[in-house]
Amino acid sequence: MESATVRFAGDSGDGMQITGGQFTLTTALAGNDLATFPDFPAEIRAPAGTTYGVSAFQINFGARRIKTAGDHLDVLVATNPAALKVNLADVKSAGLVIVDTGQFNDKNLRKAHYDSNPLEDDTLAPYRVLKIDITQLTQDAVETVGVTKKEAVRSKNMWALGLVYWLFGRERAPTIAWLKRKFASKPEVLEANIAALNAGHAFGETSELQHEVAQIDVGPAAIPPGLYRAITGAEALAWGLVAGCEKAALRMVFCSYPITPASSLLHSLAALKSLNILTFQAEDEIAAACAAIGASYAGDMGITSSSGPGVALKTEALGLAIATELPLIVVNSQRAGPSTGMPTKTEQSDLYQAVYGRNADSPLVVLAARAPGDCFDVAVEAVRLATKYMTPVMLLTDGYIANASEPWLIPDLDAIASFPVKRRQDPEGYQPFARNPQTLARDWAVPGTPGLMHRIGGIERDSTSGNISYDPDNHQRMTDLRAAKIEGIANDIPLQEVDQGDLGADLVLVGWGSTYGPISRAVTTMLAEGYNVAHVHLRHIWPLPANLGDILNTYKKILIPEMNHGQLVTLLRDRYLVDAESLAQVNGKPFRVSDLEAAVRARISRKPGLEKKL
Amino acid sequence: MSGPDGIAALQPKDYATDQEVRWCPGCGDYAILKAVQRTLADLAADPAKTVFVSGIGCAARFPYYIATYGFHTIHGRAPAVATGVKLANPELDVWVVMGDGDALSIGGNHLMHCLRRNLDLNMLLFNNEIYGLTKGQYSPTSRAGLRTPSTPMGSIDQPLSAGLFALGVGARFFARGVDTQQKRLPEIFKRAHTHRGASLVEILQNCIVYNDGVFAGITERDVAEDRQVHVQHGEPLIFGKDQDRGLRLNPSTLSLEVVNLGDAGITEADVLRHDEKNRVLATLLAAMEPPTLPVALGVLYCDPTSSYDQSVHTQLDAAKGQAPAGGLQEVMRAGHTWTVEA
Ligand SMILES: Cc1ncc(C[n+]2csc(CCOP(=O)(O)OP(=O)(O)O)c2C)c(N)n1
Ligand code: SF4
Repeated sequence: MESATVRFAGDSGDGMQITGGQFTLTTALAGNDLATFPDFPAEIRAPAGTTYGVSAFQINFGARRIKTAGDHLDVLVATNPAALKVNLADVKSAGLVIVDTGQFNDKNLRKAHYDSNPLEDDTLAPYRVLKIDITQLTQDAVETVGVTKKEAVRSKNMWALGLVYWLFGRERAPTIAWLKRKFASKPEVLEANIAALNAGHAFGETSELQHEVAQIDVGPAAIPPGLYRAITGAEALAWGLVAGCEKAALRMVFCSYPITPASSLLHSLAALKSLNILTFQAEDEIAAACAAIGASYAGDMGITSSSGPGVALKTEALGLAIATELPLIVVNSQRAGPSTGMPTKTEQSDLYQAVYGRNADSPLVVLAARAPGDCFDVAVEAVRLATKYMTPVMLLTDGYIANASEPWLIPDLDAIASFPVKRRQDPEGYQPFARNPQTLARDWAVPGTPGLMHRIGGIERDSTSGNISYDPDNHQRMTDLRAAKIEGIANDIPLQEVDQGDLGADLVLVGWGSTYGPISRAVTTMLAEGYNVAHVHLRHIWPLPANLGDILNTYKKILIPEMNHGQLVTLLRDRYLVDAESLAQVNGKPFRVSDLEAAVRARISRKPGLEKKL
Repeated sequence: MSGPDGIAALQPKDYATDQEVRWCPGCGDYAILKAVQRTLADLAADPAKTVFVSGIGCAARFPYYIATYGFHTIHGRAPAVATGVKLANPELDVWVVMGDGDALSIGGNHLMHCLRRNLDLNMLLFNNEIYGLTKGQYSPTSRAGLRTPSTPMGSIDQPLSAGLFALGVGARFFARGVDTQQKRLPEIFKRAHTHRGASLVEILQNCIVYNDGVFAGITERDVAEDRQVHVQHGEPLIFGKDQDRGLRLNPSTLSLEVVNLGDAGITEADVLRHDEKNRVLATLLAAMEPPTLPVALGVLYCDPTSSYDQSVHTQLDAAKGQAPAGGLQEVMRAGHTWTVEA
């Protein structure tokens, strides 16, 4: 098989995230390319057995480059009725469904709102089904270990994992090593988990099963050589910010207030204190933004992070950073919906907020990461632009990227160019708002420096001295300068490249952020089928790359898939007067590749003879 | 005299900028500015290592008039911005200037957390019991019944006491002064400056335009001595024109009461001595209001403990001592990795 998609689904307490994480690790070690999608309930401890308490972890892996977590499932492991109910619709016809019959009792069926037992009616008719009493078999397997019944049942996720390992011919050793570390202080629990894992694997090997389901072989993928690790977007972002600050020769002061799904960045950075990372959990998002600004004013790299609702609170402080022209990075891990919305679900609907969402004319730089590993590079770029241009930079990521993991070629830090920051030292002729003629950035003069005492603030200031000024011409000049400084950055960022397909194609899909994977996979497939289609993906949202308008004008049709109600489409129409069409999806989930393929088919026709090899 | 780093002694006027001061003529802010400039000169403060951070309001224009580093931020957020400044560089001497609306209304949350965390900031609260800059609406410290453009029938809010707020949220330093008291104010500011940790100084400030005379009942020449008690650590709490009145604890009501020395055998020994490390006493003092009790002025509470910025850097230094030799490169390679062969 070229690739396979597996989802482990069960009750929040069933350890599905751990199971998925272990399967991911083993799969990466087997040389597959992969992408994952953890999907947890919003409730911290939803009542057991309910549909809203279902937690799932999906992984797509293959012998080819993997770009998404997969549309439809080849294998679903459902450890209770609620998990089956919520996830069954995503299984391919004739896909394999593994259920723990031990959990299909009346009580659990009722909680999942099943009128009759789906294992006994024709609910599962379109699929291949393995009905196994995993709960009982796990208890039998760990009987001799001497753990309580509750603890015995808790290791049933390892039993299921053992079976799936058998199914894909995976090694158990990495998981056993991991269990040994995790349960070092609890030898019985360790033994129970290993016994369950082995029992699940043995069940696959020895039972009659082999007549019903064959083992599936997914070979290693051709991926660039080097040292790899699995990485989530939050980790890559944390490390990228650290790397960026090192390249700028600045200490990082990271100020944040907890919010899903942004908190993981705070946690990752708080764990890196040894690298001289100062983290501060503020009393609210406003204080976090203001403290980051204060830190930048005092000469460190101030960074703040939140999700949409928290970024809304930071807005006034962003205006202050724009007005005083201080470097600042604001990370927005986007989540779904206005207000509280759906905190654990993904969306990319804060583009308007990032580009337009402030009072007055207040431009700043907006960047977007496209995948977990890409967060690293975008973070380095954010530090570079913030410090070189003395400007706030909004870095957009989302709940999907933050939590999803992928194999990552660990970068060589020495190969990344440094951009050490020069702070003003010379008092001779110092004017707080005099500018570098190339970048239009003002000098960074930091308290503590002799002879450079000056006053800055949010009130409009003279374009040279920085003293308060209500002069009409000065305000016009300052507004123009603030805009020109940000627009000029277009000349200091890479020209836009076409990711796949040709200039002038019949249709281009233009995306930004985490839609990269599905768009890229869909375009690869459509090119192979002979559709004249292309893919352009934006990292720099504001300013836009200098050549983007010219590129877009070559295409006959422009389609913009976005996980929002059509925001980039507004921006591009406004900027380039192009007839771009929106393909909006806001269901809290990433695009399905098949939906994007269908969208292409609905708009252009195949050109036989043009098939491109994958 | 020479200051730290051998800087030649500066005069108060050397701490003034070339900017024209734009407060209304007669505004109490002028007097406070003068007292701060005097304080800086007395402290031989190095302008390069001194930062004034303010919010928004009349009071918050302050940094433009002080020839140090200055940051005029946004309404209510000065404590939060100052937090970042102090965390980034604990060597800096950071002063925060706020109005009562700035500090206690829109910025109440930040002030609360700044005080309880105990950042080493010198915080000056210019309390004129009114919103000056926005033209005279009532503020959270305005007295009930005050008629303003937004309360034409009189304010029905209960006012907030800056002192009780500060002590309630765990501040380790609270002092109170009056704008016109040019001898006493610099002394209070110097105490605030010496205190390691957050120090809040409330300054009763007259807004001559929108709330003129609001403190007249305390500050008018004929009543001042009877309505003010200047507290001094270790000294008896005595006041009055003839220094013949004292404060005593009434043990049955757990409240302070005024006694006349000489009445029915009452002597100085019956009067409470000020103990600035006693939070309960400070709270009783901060709550005193005329006409039954005098207003307490001076350092009501000062009980230092380690400051937040110190603790942050102690942790950071300890962590840096454990830094992996290979830095970030090593961190990225730790844990599960695998090699893909060419
Ligand atoms: C976010 C925001 N809200 C409201 C204002 C308007 N505003 C400016 S100053 C002020 C109150 C000023 O009163 P106070 O803080 O007591 O200072 P004073 O002017 O009396 O010195 C208000 C409401 C503002 N600048 N920003
Ligand atoms: S309005 Fe009041 S507080 Fe403001 S400057 Fe005038 S007198 Fe001073």
